[in-house]
Amino acid sequence: MKGLCIQLSHHNSILFHSRRSTRTAYKNPTKFSIPYFSVSSSSSFPKISCIASTPLTTEVEEKLTFDVDEARLLVKELQNVFKSGKTKSYEWRVSQLKSIAKMLEEREKDITEALHKDLEKPELEAFISEISTSKSSCQHALQELQHWMAPEKVKTSITSYPSSAEIVSEPLGVVLVISTWNFPFLLSLDPVIGAISAGNAVVLKPSEVAPGTSSLLARLFEKYLDNSAIRVVEGAVPETTALLEQKWNKILYTGSARVGRIVMAAAAKHLTPVILELGGKCPAVVDSNLNLQVASRRIIAGKWALNNGQACIAIDYIITTKDFAPTLIDSLRRELEQSFGQNPLETRDVSRIVNKYHFSRLLKLLDEDKVSDKIVLGGQSNEDQLRIAPTILLDVPDDTEIMKEEIFGPFLPIVTVEKIEDSFDVINSRPQPLVAYLFTNNDQLKKDYVQNVSSGGMLVNDTVLHVTVDGLPFGGVGESGMGSYHGKFSFDGFSHKKSVMYRGFEPDASVRYPPYTPQKQRLLKALLSGKILAIIQALIGWF
Amino acid sequence: MDSPRNLQGDLESLRLYFRCGRTKEASWRKTQIKGLLNFIKENEGDIMKALKQDLGKHRAEAYRDEIGTLIKSLNYALNSLKAWMSPKKVKLPAVAVLTTAELLPEPLGLVLIVSAWNFPFGLSLEPLIGALAAGNTAVLKPSELAPACSSLLANTMTSYLDGNAVKVVEGGPSVGEQLLQERWDKIFFTGNARVGRIVMSAAVKYLTPVALELGGKCPAVLDSLSFSFDREVAVKRILVGKFGTCAGQACITIDYVLVEKKFLPKAVELMKAITTKMFGENPRETNTVARIVNRRHFLRLKNLLDDPTVKASIVYGGKTDEENLFIEPTILVDPPLEAEIMTEEIFGPLLPIITLENIEDSIEFIKARPRPLTIYAFTKSKTLERKLVSETSSGSLVFNDAIIQYAADTIPFGGVGESGIGRYHGKFSFDTFSHEKAVARRSFLVDFWFRFPPWNDYKLQLFREAYNFDYLGVIFVVLGLKKPKSDSHVV
Repeated sequence: MKGLCIQLSHHNSILFHSRRSTRTAYKNPTKFSIPYFSVSSSSSFPKISCIASTPLTTEVEEKLTFDVDEARLLVKELQNVFKSGKTKSYEWRVSQLKSIAKMLEEREKDITEALHKDLEKPELEAFISEISTSKSSCQHALQELQHWMAPEKVKTSITSYPSSAEIVSEPLGVVLVISTWNFPFLLSLDPVIGAISAGNAVVLKPSEVAPGTSSLLARLFEKYLDNSAIRVVEGAVPETTALLEQKWNKILYTGSARVGRIVMAAAAKHLTPVILELGGKCPAVVDSNLNLQVASRRIIAGKWALNNGQACIAIDYIITTKDFAPTLIDSLRRELEQSFGQNPLETRDVSRIVNKYHFSRLLKLLDEDKVSDKIVLGGQSNEDQLRIAPTILLDVPDDTEIMKEEIFGPFLPIVTVEKIEDSFDVINSRPQPLVAYLFTNNDQLKKDYVQNVSSGGMLVNDTVLHVTVDGLPFGGVGESGMGSYHGKFSFDGFSHKKSVMYRGFEPDASVRYPPYTPQKQRLLKALLSGKILAIIQALIGWF
Repeated sequence: MDSPRNLQGDLESLRLYFRCGRTKEASWRKTQIKGLLNFIKENEGDIMKALKQDLGKHRAEAYRDEIGTLIKSLNYALNSLKAWMSPKKVKLPAVAVLTTAELLPEPLGLVLIVSAWNFPFGLSLEPLIGALAAGNTAVLKPSELAPACSSLLANTMTSYLDGNAVKVVEGGPSVGEQLLQERWDKIFFTGNARVGRIVMSAAVKYLTPVALELGGKCPAVLDSLSFSFDREVAVKRILVGKFGTCAGQACITIDYVLVEKKFLPKAVELMKAITTKMFGENPRETNTVARIVNRRHFLRLKNLLDDPTVKASIVYGGKTDEENLFIEPTILVDPPLEAEIMTEEIFGPLLPIITLENIEDSIEFIKARPRPLTIYAFTKSKTLERKLVSETSSGSLVFNDAIIQYAADTIPFGGVGESGIGRYHGKFSFDTFSHEKAVARRSFLVDFWFRFPPWNDYKLQLFREAYNFDYLGVIFVVLGLKKPKSDSHVV
């Protein structure tokens, strides 16, 4: 099978699967002057263009775009490979996962570089939130795969006695993963690991908004993985549209609710099940009764140290009491200075804003009349470097864009309430968020929060950490998405749970068959209600 | 709610009622399930009557497939509710000291259940049990094609339930369409793939998750069994799974049978004999076979038979009675594979037998078609069994019996591909109507200081050790006994 590394022209600059989609002109990110970072755009790879070894790739080279015909061909090829049964075997799955682990080991430097190119992500942040998380996800899958794949034996009821039953996990077929730009590596690799673990053929469409990572993924997949069953298609709107027109056996999409709807509508035509990983405004309720320093640091870790707030699980806004707000702000100010220094625009320990479009989108949020005078900290920006300082706002009115839309950037509005319990209503009056955070030492408040607030996930007294727990599903509810993944949930998400029942030919109760007699009805009643005495009575009465 | 005229208002009050939290209480859920149980038990006679009226189902069939099965499911839910509702503790890696995590099932909100006419009680109540057990408020739309059953559900069942939380909306496609315009937290649909697509497309508007219980052509592989006892049992189970299950008008009924050429004469002979023995010379009069639901479906089925090449393949039955909407149990041998009877889901008492050179060819035959809801196989061969499990794909796979998987609470019921999305029955129903909230709790006491910026090589090294679960390494780095890697290329 040839490698299909399609060099696509990024002629279309509409951010199809970006968090917010609109016209933008993203420039080559290497233009930013980064004194201490020597970007070698050619990296250690020779520039790979298409290997014109087959008619398909030649055609691609001629057209320079990936259209519906190519998409159809691609899916057909992968369907055939899937049908051959190759991807189903344990050995194949393990070999691919091992290759991913090897790739992560050998190419850490390239990955870090690509992430720096796309987002100026600090090396350590790249390591924590993308590389090591991918690694542990891959290792976890390798460790557990045999266990996951084993059929689950289940008990059967007296009605069908004697019989045995099991639930068998089988791959769905050819699946599509559409990834996004904010954690372009992790959010591509993590679902792909799930798809491979479950034995599917998979196509990954990385985000064109993080072009460095996108092309790196294309090259790495070609080099490390079995290209007959695992492919990368790079591109923007036209390519994604072409892909979505095909019949997939599952689609996992990460991005905005708006595009999530487009994906689901396309999936409905083929009755394709979808996992939608969306976002929303994730609140953090901060009580006054806590270890303020630790809480402030963890808030920073869940906002600015998390891709500068450009994360679906980043804290969007804080709710705290009127009385406590000044204390909290002081503490955040102190800890921010500790983390990022006196001049936060200079620090390279924070990611930059991904592109011009998002930069101006964010500044517009601050420009609103009712918003700009609410800034209590930060607010500075540098357009040339796409940098915005950590910014805290206090008591911004609800009817402003910043309080209506997901912020996805370094602004942190603080909403104040009289009593901390009032925060429940603030959260519940909005769409269900992907995560709801709470900081408190009050056990009753913890309990009430868990009971009364609905969100995809919930984390008490910390931020972000819950996504690193393989035992917890990651996914939203309502506007924040449907379906979940991570660890075994990824495997399950890309598997079909087939119920298999085994029966012998004997004994056979004639009670089930017509002609129907009153005795049969009596016995049937007894059998279905599971009452042993009634069964015996009916049997005695019958014979 | 008699007419959906005040639909919006009714739905708003259902949503408000959900928000007040009453439906989340375990005691409330229990009361509702008990209510459903009482409804079934106290109205057994009326339910049988309605099923007779709408579908001509025999009382025994009504009991076996709907009343009895529901009583079993309701009891199962009552006994399991507490276990289903309790949060699941999650194991955490050692790196997360002083952290606890659990999965907490929470109700989704207001859900819509669109049911079908062939098992009007079973297909309405099975999902409703799940919805109420999970603590949701619900709207049920039964099928207008089984009007007596629909009205029994709307008028009688509702009086056994909390009317603030459950509404039954009766009506046809236009009412269904109206309902689909509204905002739901889950839509559970049973029916065909065409409408399934409409439902899923409508769900896009509010990003509503859907469960689609569709159908498809469920094959039965009948191996050349050598013992006459086995043969007889197998054929009996096939025939009752076809003609004895709402006259083949069921999503899990056997659509067609695959046999080896050399086994065909024996199989046909046995099928003919047992059909006559089981269903009698005049199955309409003895009421051992249900009737066709309505004229449209009757004509659709008659049309399938009217194809001359198909007609020529009839080996048993074939008589149709338009006045009584009755079609005899009919067996066909090798109708053309491109005839409609072999390309569309039959959904009626017509049973084509397709012959193959070799019974193993059945795997390719099945794989060449859309994934069915169920595959049945009657065989004693372990090799064939293994091959079927690993090589074919379907919602469920049942060996040596038919239909019983519907009554099993411990295995999921649901399709894959064209046969549906999502699953239910037993705990799976509860899960379908729940959101599993991931909850993690941390203490303030322990913190890895290296989690926070400003970043440096030292912190990076600590992370490396921590992620490799090398705690000794962490300690060494902290004590200065291990040097951070200095090959860093960034700083």
